[in-house]
Amino acid sequence: MRVEIDAAKCQGHARCHAIAPALFDVDDYGQSSVRGDGTVPVDMEAAALLAVANCPEFAVSVTDD
Amino acid sequence: MPRTPPVSDWATDFDVLDDSYVKDPFPIWDDLRSRCPVASTQRRGQTWMPVTYEDVTAIAHDVAAFSSIDTAVIPGEDIPEEEVLLPYGFPPISVDPPIHTWTRRLMLPWFSHAKVDSYEPMTRALCASLVEGFLASGRADAAADYAQQIPVRVIASILGVPEEMSETFTGWVRDVLEFADDPERVQRGSFGIGYYVFDEMNARRENPGEDLLSFLVHAEVDGKPIEDTIVVGMAMLTMIAGIDTTWSAIGLSLWHLATHDDDRRRLVAEPELMVTAVEELLRAYSPVTMARVVKEDIEYKGCPMRAGDKVLMNYPAANRDPLAFERADEVVLDRAANRHVAFGSGIHRCAGSNLARMELRVALEEWLARIPEFHLEEGGEVAWAGGQVRGPRELPVVFR
Repeated sequence: MRVEIDAAKCQGHARCHAIAPALFDVDDYGQSSVRGDGTVPVDMEAAALLAVANCPEFAVSVTDD
Repeated sequence: MPRTPPVSDWATDFDVLDDSYVKDPFPIWDDLRSRCPVASTQRRGQTWMPVTYEDVTAIAHDVAAFSSIDTAVIPGEDIPEEEVLLPYGFPPISVDPPIHTWTRRLMLPWFSHAKVDSYEPMTRALCASLVEGFLASGRADAAADYAQQIPVRVIASILGVPEEMSETFTGWVRDVLEFADDPERVQRGSFGIGYYVFDEMNARRENPGEDLLSFLVHAEVDGKPIEDTIVVGMAMLTMIAGIDTTWSAIGLSLWHLATHDDDRRRLVAEPELMVTAVEELLRAYSPVTMARVVKEDIEYKGCPMRAGDKVLMNYPAANRDPLAFERADEVVLDRAANRHVAFGSGIHRCAGSNLARMELRVALEEWLARIPEFHLEEGGEVAWAGGQVRGPRELPVVFR
């Protein structure tokens, strides 16, 4: 599993970072980004899906890569 | 005496200052969602009010059609152009791009995670000392003695203004937000904050500190200092948007915990739920409604909106929409999927949302650590404020 953030949609709610700080970074302007290449360790897949389900801007997504 | 004439039909004559709406808006939203998801009224000018998640977020994102030049839910009096002191209002909340973009960028780092972490110890010490102050008495006004006392002091510290002024700031902010239908109080509050901030701004020109106001006075954008009216507007916004809102969220959360024994006991027994609980309380009891101005005549879902009409951004109603949330009318402390928009949606997402979350979490933690069992005082009256910001203003509780 891999997480992605659509930077154009992200408005800095920072919910992804709060749920899975190991997967998502957030800068001083509130912009979130995926750490590394976004690959999700198996034990963090549930957290990645929660990040998707809590983004009010629908900016976070996962793929099966 | 009710503050407003009786509402004949909520779909065509709504009034957000109606007593029943201020006290308990939830059944009204349910009714509207089932028959007319975009309500309207001619009270205080033509105003529209979407109440579904889909409509509220769609309009919030359409900044080309819906402007933020006036975000007041209760419109102020018309002021002749030559008498307007702040032509841009309170940036970035009251402006569209491009001014929105650079004013917001100046503000955001002051409310980053790192900055908010640095405000947490003082917030925690403040909350602890407030509770210690009334703990022995066995009762408190959880709104006036606690919730109301917290954000104003944190904001004062960020702006670099004395916390001894807290009561004065609180009064001014209430004048602006809670008594928006009373022109005298609005003027007293806005002039109070405005002239205070103006004097403080000038003092910081010579003697800057480490605070937000000093930063704004000395900041440059494209090699030029920021206009005074914009600095004053931004500092005023920090105070107006940072005090009443968060205090209302804390008060609403304590009201819920005082009236729902199961949730209170669960949160005390399972403190690890605090993170989802804070989001859920923000969803279920979102305090803030904003507004937009229709730029050009437009039809939205059959509603003939005309240029200049107001649209209320009813984030609290969107967050209760059963199409967007399972068990939307229940508080589920461990709710897993929660895309709530208590802090708005789109480019005007509340710039202080990290700060508000921290304040709410710390306020609940420090209260529950010392007062795990509490309920409404028998015979006590809860007093509510509504309009732009909804929350309890008197919340008498007992705890032994």
